[in-house]
Amino acid sequence: MANKIPRVPVREQEPRVRATNFEEVCYGYDEAEAVLEATRCLNCKKPRCVEQCPVSVKIPQFIQAVAGRRFDEAARIIAQDSLLPSVCGRVCPQETQCEGACILGMKGEPVAIGKLERFVGDWGRENGIRPAAVPEKNGIKVAVIGSGPAGLACAADLAKMGYTVKIFEALHKAGGVLEYGIPEFRLPKSRVVAAEVENVKRLGVEIETDVVVGRTVTVDQLMDEEGYAAVFIGSGAGLPRFMNIPGENLNGVVSANEFLTRANLMKAFDGEYDTPIYVGKRVAVVGGGNVAMDAVRTAARLGAEATIVYRRSEKELPARVEEVHHAKEEGIEFRMLTNPVEVLGDENGWVRGLRCIRMELGEPDASGRRSPVEVKGSEFDIECDVVIMALGTSPNPLISSSTAGLETNRRGCLVADERTGATTRPGIFAGGDAVTGAATVILAMGAGRQAAGAIDAYIREKNGMETSESSR
Amino acid sequence: MFRIVKKRELAENICLMNVEAPRVARSARPGQFVIVRVDDRGERIPLTVCDYNREEGWVTIVTQVVGRSTRKICALNEGDGFADFVGPLGKPSEFVYENIDELRSKRILFIAGGVGTAPVYPQVKWLKEQGAHADVIIGAKNKSLLILTDEMRQAAENLYIATDDGSEGFKGLVTDCMRELIDRQGKKYDVVVAIGPMIMMKFVAKTTLEYGIKTIVSLNSLMVDGTGMCGACRVSVGGKTYFTCVDGPEFDAHQVDFDEAMRRQGMYKTIESRIEKMEREKAEGHSCRIGLDK
Repeated sequence: MANKIPRVPVREQEPRVRATNFEEVCYGYDEAEAVLEATRCLNCKKPRCVEQCPVSVKIPQFIQAVAGRRFDEAARIIAQDSLLPSVCGRVCPQETQCEGACILGMKGEPVAIGKLERFVGDWGRENGIRPAAVPEKNGIKVAVIGSGPAGLACAADLAKMGYTVKIFEALHKAGGVLEYGIPEFRLPKSRVVAAEVENVKRLGVEIETDVVVGRTVTVDQLMDEEGYAAVFIGSGAGLPRFMNIPGENLNGVVSANEFLTRANLMKAFDGEYDTPIYVGKRVAVVGGGNVAMDAVRTAARLGAEATIVYRRSEKELPARVEEVHHAKEEGIEFRMLTNPVEVLGDENGWVRGLRCIRMELGEPDASGRRSPVEVKGSEFDIECDVVIMALGTSPNPLISSSTAGLETNRRGCLVADERTGATTRPGIFAGGDAVTGAATVILAMGAGRQAAGAIDAYIREKNGMETSESSR
Repeated sequence: MFRIVKKRELAENICLMNVEAPRVARSARPGQFVIVRVDDRGERIPLTVCDYNREEGWVTIVTQVVGRSTRKICALNEGDGFADFVGPLGKPSEFVYENIDELRSKRILFIAGGVGTAPVYPQVKWLKEQGAHADVIIGAKNKSLLILTDEMRQAAENLYIATDDGSEGFKGLVTDCMRELIDRQGKKYDVVVAIGPMIMMKFVAKTTLEYGIKTIVSLNSLMVDGTGMCGACRVSVGGKTYFTCVDGPEFDAHQVDFDEAMRRQGMYKTIESRIEKMEREKAEGHSCRIGLDK
């Protein structure tokens, strides 16, 4: 029986070794391991995994191809729905999506869909599997703002439909959060991210970096002066949140965005680059999400003693279980039910500690999680010289404030139709963190794909063309 | 690549460059800034827009050598280029949005310190083009560090020069020069705009507070992305935290916490100087025996 085989474990770098380098933590499957794991798949008639995948990768089909050692076929099957398999195989929260729905997971361990996707993505790249040829261009231009997961997915689908697509990126490098946010040891930049961005370009998508839409050029200028028939906004989550506690502007307090951008995009860990980064001896990272885990593990690799400070208990940590597990293996200290009340400074205005208060869990709040309540009089100090705030982000108003008629909600997120990404302005679509607030890579990709279909329908209707069959 | 079409040495270690960047040139307005990167391994450096030509598609920046990256910038020549040149960033100067008639009736004093003269120039020039008038004080340590005085003389109603050592113009600080204008010469100003070193802006703000003159400063905080993403440029204004890159760079001087701003500006100084020292020693054949260069 196929499902009697236990889930094939994945090889990882020794925790004590990897805690001092930026090489990838997880080695992934080799061919034999991948084939063995693939044989565990029951090839369900009604695959629940596909329903849970925001971009609807044909999971059983590609896994069957792997089981039959037809790796190139597997790569082509995934490419129909995703051009970022090596990225998604590494950073998707499979446990709550495809793998979370796997029948095998009800009694035992689900098929390692993520690791298999990663294997296929890596195999395809290393063996020169290129995306299928694109159809003839239809001559209609679409602009995509932001080259993160949402923008790349949207651009790829539009290019496959024949549109002339240009992505405008504010930073100097394409990839968005894949470049500036997620660290090298989880997602290698030049080997994986740049290579998969390159595959999107192979579809004929052009990427112009150093363009801050809303400042360099407005959405209206793109449509009126540069002739774009539609615009997709995938500009990401934007502004870092702080706690508004005393001492937050001391030297040594940084946002996770700044810390990770310096380390990832600006390669501060690499002596060949000019970027300065300050890690000090002891780093406290405030927050419990994936970004907090990325920041704390980066700080540890840069030589600091690193601690997570989180106001709820371990059960409520929003980070993926795998990330928390990896962080613990690497010697990260976790201080749960602890909330900062003040950043303490020395006489020169540098951080010398973090005053915290102990918390206990009270009644469940709107999110269903038990909300933390302060324990009166329980203040204590944590010694540290750097504090990294990883408290989430709020949307950047640059585009909404420079585009008339583009509505935002109470939280500043762009208002967009859940199924189509249509905003309150005809011809302008949006998706990803700019709409939902901080979420995951794969949800952003899903939104990008949906919007691509809707953009196609919008343009066809406007031009009196027939509806596309290939839009999905 | 963003090509340098013109380079001019304004003073020792201060250079002016016109850089081909049509998109930036088309959208730039007084008070905004750009972020440049010399090469693929360089830092992202914010620099104030000093001038622009929409038709020819270039933007002027002025750089003073203060560290590694600015040294790299000033080592570039005509025909070379920047890997990246992005902008315009930040909000334009407030007066860009003002009613022209009101603007014409205003008595404006610009105070420019050192390399801060460069971003003052386009503002004064813009005002002159609108038919408004502005006086300008340029301050520098000594005569050799004065820049753009001829250009400024063309654009300003009155130009005053102050040098610490009296090698040109008024001997003393810009604040002393301003006091002289107001107290002795009976000048009256409705608005003061000060751009220069943080310490100069702090003391200009202190002085104008005495006189009750509204004052605007342009802050040059540390930044990474310049679009609001990193928060490195946090500044306290009126007790609230703002991001210089998206909320500024211009702020009400009387509300800015300059001491904090100066401290934050120096956040990476020790690291940078240590790296510079190590590089120098490496070049001189010294390898660190306790492994600091590892």
